[in-house]
Amino acid sequence: MISTDGAVLPRTLAAALAVRADDPVRTVVAGGTDLMVGVNAGRLRPSSWLSLRRVPELQRIERHGSSLFVGACVTFARIERELVDTAPALAAAARTVGSVQIRNAATIGGNLSTASPAGDSLPVLACYHAEVEVASVRGTRIVPIGEFLVGPKRTDLGADELVVGVHLRRTTGEQAFAKVGPRAAMVIARCSLAARVDRTTGDAGVGIGAVAPCALAVPAAAEILASGGSVDDFVAAVVSAAAPIDDLRAPAAYRHHALAVLARRMHGWLQ
Amino acid sequence: MTTVRLQLNGEACSVEASPVTSLLAAIRQAGLTGTQGACEEGECGSCSVLLDDALVCSCLVPAAACDGARVTTVEGVVAPDLAAALAAHGAVQCGFCTPGFVVAATALLDGDEPLDHATAAHALAGNLCRCTGYQPILAAVLEVDRARRG
Ligand SMILES: Cc1cc2nc3c(=O)[nH]c(=O)nc-3n(C[C@H](O)[C@H](O)[C@H](O)COP(=O)(O)OP(=O)(O)OC[C@H]3O[C@@H](n4cnc5c(N)ncnc54)[C@H](O)[C@@H]3O)c2cc1C
Ligand code: FES
Ligand code: FES
Repeated sequence: MISTDGAVLPRTLAAALAVRADDPVRTVVAGGTDLMVGVNAGRLRPSSWLSLRRVPELQRIERHGSSLFVGACVTFARIERELVDTAPALAAAARTVGSVQIRNAATIGGNLSTASPAGDSLPVLACYHAEVEVASVRGTRIVPIGEFLVGPKRTDLGADELVVGVHLRRTTGEQAFAKVGPRAAMVIARCSLAARVDRTTGDAGVGIGAVAPCALAVPAAAEILASGGSVDDFVAAVVSAAAPIDDLRAPAAYRHHALAVLARRMHGWLQ
Repeated sequence: MTTVRLQLNGEACSVEASPVTSLLAAIRQAGLTGTQGACEEGECGSCSVLLDDALVCSCLVPAAACDGARVTTVEGVVAPDLAAALAAHGAVQCGFCTPGFVVAATALLDGDEPLDHATAAHALAGNLCRCTGYQPILAAVLEVDRARRG
């Protein structure tokens, strides 16, 4: 099926996957906040859209016991509002994304699929050890976040696949997210850090963003948090996992320095 | 070109859109030129509209994907108290940002919680103004919020 109409808006996930399989050149769009910047600048010329706006399965937030599922089309505005208690660090990251206008449109599935090294949900998902659910007409796969993100703007997603959502474990204890940028609002992170620890269970996680080709988990730093190690050891572990580059937004040395400052503060917050 | 059906400010209408047409361009082609376009990157908020009741940048929405959606533009916002407060506080100079601020403030004033300066500033951070320095705009919005809550 090669359709020439401008957009299809399927009403079920099965229908969306069928379109994806039959017509893989259609550009998948959720909120449009990444894609339309390219379209308006003339860098992208999609011939037709597969819009996920009206697929109810992708809008779900589900809590079952200690597990949490966040559908791909859940916006950062909803995450900021609805997950404050269930996933505080993710809600905190959501609150820092763009502006009200951006958060009302931008989705977590779009953030994952764009896979920008600076995507704000990604270090948090790494710190939660989240798993990405992807699907195609061939079936469903569960991909650990560390395998889903394969490089800057590169993911493990196949040409006929869609991100369905992310699975998180609901964690207990303290958690936090912080990022560094040039002003208080509308900031693309120069570096970001998410961490959580429950000292009674010894469960911890740490994720870093914007300081490596993709956001990643830092298990060595998580162990230091869990075992009550020193702040200096924690900072050293976080910083040694980073491999920042110089780019238009910030030099590598600055990213390194700012990450160390964030790590030191966060160690204090999680006490 | 596809025909996109919209509920535009409460009235059924259809617009023609190619895959690269933004909702901003479609609205303006439909003759409603209150919604402004400037950066077309989501940075300035001058293109703010309510899409199915959510405040968004219309420059970042592909029009073709809006079939069946409800869109409210500045022309569909009825808020004489907000207009009067903006005028009284000197919150309009060149006026280019004003339609975006009016739509964003309308969404903000619909909220449940009383506003304070910090909340209002955070909520309006997606709208840029190159003239006023923001304080007159924030003062006007806070005044309307207080007055509406009695
Ligand atoms: C002004 C502005 C400020 C921003 N600020 C931030 C910020 O502070 N932090 C941040 O992290 N990002 C920011 N962004 C980037 C952007 O808003 C986010 O990356 C957002 O999460 C993208 O989601 P979307 O639904 O809008 O994506 P879209 O633009 O709809 O899609 C993005 C990509 O993902 C693909 N895609 C979307 N959903 C799926 C799916 N379910 N399955 C498969 N592929 C899919 C699309 O094909 C496309 O390649 C900003 C953008 C703008 C314009
Ligand atoms: S024109 Fe849409 S945000 Fe600037
Ligand atoms: S009044 Fe001129 S940009 Fe705001």
